Amino acid sequence: MESKLGLNFELVDKARASAAHVADEVQEFINGHTTVTTERAVCRLLGIDGVNEMDVPMPNVIVDHLMANGLLSVGASWHIGNAMVETGLAPQTIAEKIDKGEIDLSKLPAHKDAEVRAAIKPYVDKTIARINKNVGKRNAYLKEFGDKEGPYLYVIVATGNIYEDITQAKAAAKQGADIIAVIRTTGQSLLDYVPYGATTEGFGGTYATQENFRLMRKALDEVGEEQHRYIRLCNYCSGLCMPEIAAMGALERLDVMLNDALYGILFRDINMQRTIVDQYFSRVINGFAGVIINTGEDNYLTTDDAITSAHTVLASQFLNEAFAKDAGMREEQMGLGHAFEMDPAVEDTFLYELAQAQMAREIFPNAPLKYMPPTKYMTGDIFRGHIQDALFNMVTIMTGQRLHLLGMLTEAIHTPFMSDRALSIENAQYIFRTMKDLGSELTYKEGGIIQNRANEVLTKATDLLGEIEKLGLFTTIEKGIFADVKRPKDGGKGLSGVVCKDEKYFNPFIEEMKGVVAQ
Amino acid sequence: MSSGLYNTHKIDFDTTLDLTRLKPYGDTMNDGKVQTSFTLPIKDDERGEEAARQIAKKMGLEEPNVAYHAALDKEFTFYVVYGSCVHTVNYEDIHVITVESETMGMEEANDYIREHIGRKVVMVGASTGTDAHTVGIDAIMNRKGFAGHYGLERYEMVDAYNLGSQVPNEEFIKKAVELKADVLLVSQTVTQKDVHIQNLTNLIELLEAEGLRDKFVVCCGGPRITHELAKELGYDAGFGAGKYADDVASFAVTEMVKRGMK
Repeated sequence: MESKLGLNFELVDKARASAAHVADEVQEFINGHTTVTTERAVCRLLGIDGVNEMDVPMPNVIVDHLMANGLLSVGASWHIGNAMVETGLAPQTIAEKIDKGEIDLSKLPAHKDAEVRAAIKPYVDKTIARINKNVGKRNAYLKEFGDKEGPYLYVIVATGNIYEDITQAKAAAKQGADIIAVIRTTGQSLLDYVPYGATTEGFGGTYATQENFRLMRKALDEVGEEQHRYIRLCNYCSGLCMPEIAAMGALERLDVMLNDALYGILFRDINMQRTIVDQYFSRVINGFAGVIINTGEDNYLTTDDAITSAHTVLASQFLNEAFAKDAGMREEQMGLGHAFEMDPAVEDTFLYELAQAQMAREIFPNAPLKYMPPTKYMTGDIFRGHIQDALFNMVTIMTGQRLHLLGMLTEAIHTPFMSDRALSIENAQYIFRTMKDLGSELTYKEGGIIQNRANEVLTKATDLLGEIEKLGLFTTIEKGIFADVKRPKDGGKGLSGVVCKDEKYFNPFIEEMKGVVAQ
Repeated sequence: MSSGLYNTHKIDFDTTLDLTRLKPYGDTMNDGKVQTSFTLPIKDDERGEEAARQIAKKMGLEEPNVAYHAALDKEFTFYVVYGSCVHTVNYEDIHVITVESETMGMEEANDYIREHIGRKVVMVGASTGTDAHTVGIDAIMNRKGFAGHYGLERYEMVDAYNLGSQVPNEEFIKKAVELKADVLLVSQTVTQKDVHIQNLTNLIELLEAEGLRDKFVVCCGGPRITHELAKELGYDAGFGAGKYADDVASFAVTEMVKRGMK
């Protein structure tokens, strides 16, 4: 593809190399550590599910037990495998017995690693087979119905009640939505466990639980079969349970996951060591399950200024790409994020938005870019809001964005009504239809505002990545370079859930999944 | 359907403005014209249109015109309705409580603090409870501020601490005491099922229980906050949409001086 922006690709290579270096350095830290949620995800993938009498999820029961006895550094796989060799019981039964106090993992004799691995292998294989089957089903649907070309229309549902969400989601799918994201209830990202079962109460969203995933998946398959389209399901693989949500998503065939390497640190004040380890396993799982991840650069622009900080978005896209590569993910699954968030009061911002979007398209040609609608400058004036969304829609169709998160005219007022969604879908479809090939008809003036803007942002992003390369990622975040948010290395939530790995540690799922896509 | 394309009706109402009988205005005084849109959980047909019309009538809209209807799903239909509102209000009788302080610019506020307080004012803000949205508190506190109004972090005479989102009320108070705060700023963005009211009430109750209420100027803000609501809940002031750091700072520092807080 010829660059419409006259981008300096030497700078792109340099920026990419800096980002890779930053990620690789952090990867050494990741390889040496595990976390409570990483191990709970392992438990889930070994088939451990359900809650005890106190409503504590069984994966938490096991990991809390391991933690309390100082055993977590060897990992859940080894300990459960060892208990299986010792007792001949299945992982779920072992979990139940631990809960009842009938098994104490710290009291069991250690068996040989080879025996331990052999014991859990059938359970690992079973899960891998299940995920393969899920991906096979997705592929079969896509083969039967075909996949949509052009931008996927991505809408959210957020009623708090999974059954009401289903009503809303089905209507949206019939109106033309391609991706349904079930917004999580506020506060879930800071829970160090995943709630259980179907839920009907939530604020600003609905709990992400495996049962809710299953219910929505089934509903979307039904409406998809009716409409002869595959409707993708999205949820939030962020917060303190990133790998567990990824595991649940893989088991229930979610297609898209919000999954940023740095978001939790910056926006939820989760400890950076914790998030950086958590994001790794979550991305290994998402990679294997054929999930498109969405990164959260759009959030930078809600706290920072979209005009002056555009280069931090690009720098973060490079970093997210590098981290995703280190987790074995393919570029086709990297929904790198950005947003249409410039101040409408400033002249020529539409041109800057166009430059930013086109630049992302050219720098990450294989990535299904995720583009977020205006939120910060939505005022409650629904009439102006609808026009802001129209301009945003134009940028998408002109620059080939892929995951197009629809703006709602009622942004800043309430979570979308069914009619808000319908109006947004209609707005986008109208623009995507009537401007379908506009992008390929246009070239940008050499040395004009758009070209200059893109090159300026690229230059600044490259410089910033060079600086981050020198500082290292942790120091960069401590200094508040991203999103104008400062986070100390030992601050934030969840640090107590990070442990150094013992040399006996192993995670069979990373071994099976990393760099592989299920078929 | 589009019977009202051009208004050819003879005007048979009094077109003089009477503030004791205030009505919406379309293009003629007292025409009462309003637009509304809503969804009904029924299929899209003539009967549905009539249902929409009747709903509009019950809302007090005369001669409702269902300008547009479209199916959102088999059993859901969207309507855009215009009509003439029959209700009036007495504008003369309306009194609302608003934040009564002159808004000072940043430099003016800094000077005011130097002159009347003589030290830096400590302002601690957070989006409290389960609210994960920082857009409101950031707009007030972040250096850059919002829409050309610098944030409190930029004020030379203000020590601003933005604790971020999802801060439990207990922790918020603890931190405020620790930082020797003068002013507490609470932001509430997500308002589903009135969770913001419970949370805002809870903060005041906790402050009162610990005997700390008088130690701070306490303000809340968010898209659904009005000054009146804030006062009702026991806050010193409430700031809704369209209010910026300078509004908040001006109120807070004049309130401190009024109360003799030094």
